[in-house]
Amino acid sequence: MEAGSATAESRAEAAPRAARSPNDRRRGGKLLDLGLNVYALLALLYLLVPIAVIIVFSFNDPRGRFNFIWQEFSLDAWGDPFGVQGLGDALVKSLEIAAVSTVIATVLGTITALALVRYEFRGRAPINFFIFIPLATPEVVLGAALLSLFLNYAVGLGFGTIVIAHVMFTLSFVIVTVRSRLIGFDRSLEEAAQDLGATPWQTFRLVTLPLIMPGVVSAALLGFALSIDDFVITNFNSGSVVTFPIFIWGAARVAVPPQIYVVASMIFLFTLAMMLLTVWQQRRAERMAAVRPDEPAA
Amino acid sequence: MAARIRKVGLPYLLLLPGLGWLLIFFAVPLGWMAFESLKSGTLEEGYLFSWEFSNYTNAISDYSEQLLRSFLYAGLATAAAFLIGYPLAYFIAFRGGRWRNALLLAVIAPFFVTYLIRTLSWQTILSDSGVLVDTLRTIGLVSDGGRLLDTTFAVVAGITYNFLPFMILPLYASLERIDHRMLEAGYDLYGRRRDVFLRVTLPLSMPGVVAGSLLTFIPAAGDFINAELLGTPNQFMIGNVIQSRYLEVADYPTAAALSFILMAFMLAIVLVWARVAGTEALLGTEGERR
Repeated sequence: MEAGSATAESRAEAAPRAARSPNDRRRGGKLLDLGLNVYALLALLYLLVPIAVIIVFSFNDPRGRFNFIWQEFSLDAWGDPFGVQGLGDALVKSLEIAAVSTVIATVLGTITALALVRYEFRGRAPINFFIFIPLATPEVVLGAALLSLFLNYAVGLGFGTIVIAHVMFTLSFVIVTVRSRLIGFDRSLEEAAQDLGATPWQTFRLVTLPLIMPGVVSAALLGFALSIDDFVITNFNSGSVVTFPIFIWGAARVAVPPQIYVVASMIFLFTLAMMLLTVWQQRRAERMAAVRPDEPAA
Repeated sequence: MAARIRKVGLPYLLLLPGLGWLLIFFAVPLGWMAFESLKSGTLEEGYLFSWEFSNYTNAISDYSEQLLRSFLYAGLATAAAFLIGYPLAYFIAFRGGRWRNALLLAVIAPFFVTYLIRTLSWQTILSDSGVLVDTLRTIGLVSDGGRLLDTTFAVVAGITYNFLPFMILPLYASLERIDHRMLEAGYDLYGRRRDVFLRVTLPLSMPGVVAGSLLTFIPAAGDFINAELLGTPNQFMIGNVIQSRYLEVADYPTAAALSFILMAFMLAIVLVWARVAGTEALLGTEGERR
């Protein structure tokens, strides 16, 4: 980009009397620029207003069963976020399920992605397509199909079947995420390790894994987020287990206490804090990596 | 020899656990659902396998309304998400500057709030005595007895909102990758802004348009939560039917047949798109070893 504008500038200097330089044309349309800025701002508002509504209404003191109309400011719900029967248990259950299924999906997905990118073998193209199909299948279909299996083998529904379902639908996301990190990976580092006498396992543990770790971590975070958020597939395979989304679904039909918005706000703020922390750490790591010892002093 | 077999077999061995999971818990269940979809009978007497293909034709004729509505709503929501998302993605990619990461964080922020709660928030916003309806009534955009909740508008708006980040992120990724020198070249050749956009920027961002529209359309067409929470049975989509046939009425053959019909439509759409966009862009396998 800089190279481009430099050429344009030098040309403008070389021919100062040219009637209209290409750059002049671009300066026109200030209105268009302003329009774009305003439009982008409105789009951002559309994205953020519902979140603001959740946070604001978590401080509401609603009359009646639903939290639709602003009555008055109250800290009651924040003071006792788990005061609603079953809400805390449901949240804990969701966290447990997300933790277990994320670990399984991340391990399986990373191994699968490694095999797909690293080796030449027959049938890779159809396997890539097979991995893609669950991503193109609506959640209702995934949930209904899995329930058909469990019904036919008379498998009792509960924690185990939810974990199976969550690993199944997050696995493709994990594979795709890790695979994109593996493509473009510099294999000479592994070859160097092996030339220096490292066993394949040592090479994997000490060279490959640390290098692909950012991809593995983001895949795991994605899997965790998908798991904790899932209602549709879980609802088919949960039996009598109540996860956080299932609890909300039940509440949406009967009564929505402000505590639900309080817990949602807490999850939102926690996730935001984690994201900001990750970005900050990455920046710091990049700054440190930028100072290389072998660079000649300026 | 043994070493050779180990080397040839190694990739398959590594693939075994992951693919095995998908085979047992994704592919095999589809087989069971196919079996289920060809049964006949009633819940009381039990369902028996009988190659009952009429389940499919009956499902289509009984629920053609909900099927069509699903694709209509998903199409509308995808178009709306594109119209809202493209300018925003463009703004972040070309004007974002040092605020880029913060803006992207704002785009994915809705994902930090549980799906169902995001939808409940829309219930609050659109509710009959809410600020929005009051204001619109005062201006006269909504008649005195008019409502926003429980309308087609509410359902489509909810779907659009819930899947908007899926549209914006691929759009941003493809816009951000555009080499700015290409645009400079367009201007240097005396292209007007509109020409440069239509002939350079937009074609170069097509992979993002294709990926974004698929990522929005697929979950939107199968969705039933927005119709349930923001609409009435008049807005119910095919997902509502599958869910209630399966879990509430236990009419497994119909629900299974409808699931396959929905899935067939999805795969058809994906394959058509794949022709347009190329499978590599779709499967994300560019740059693999060949």
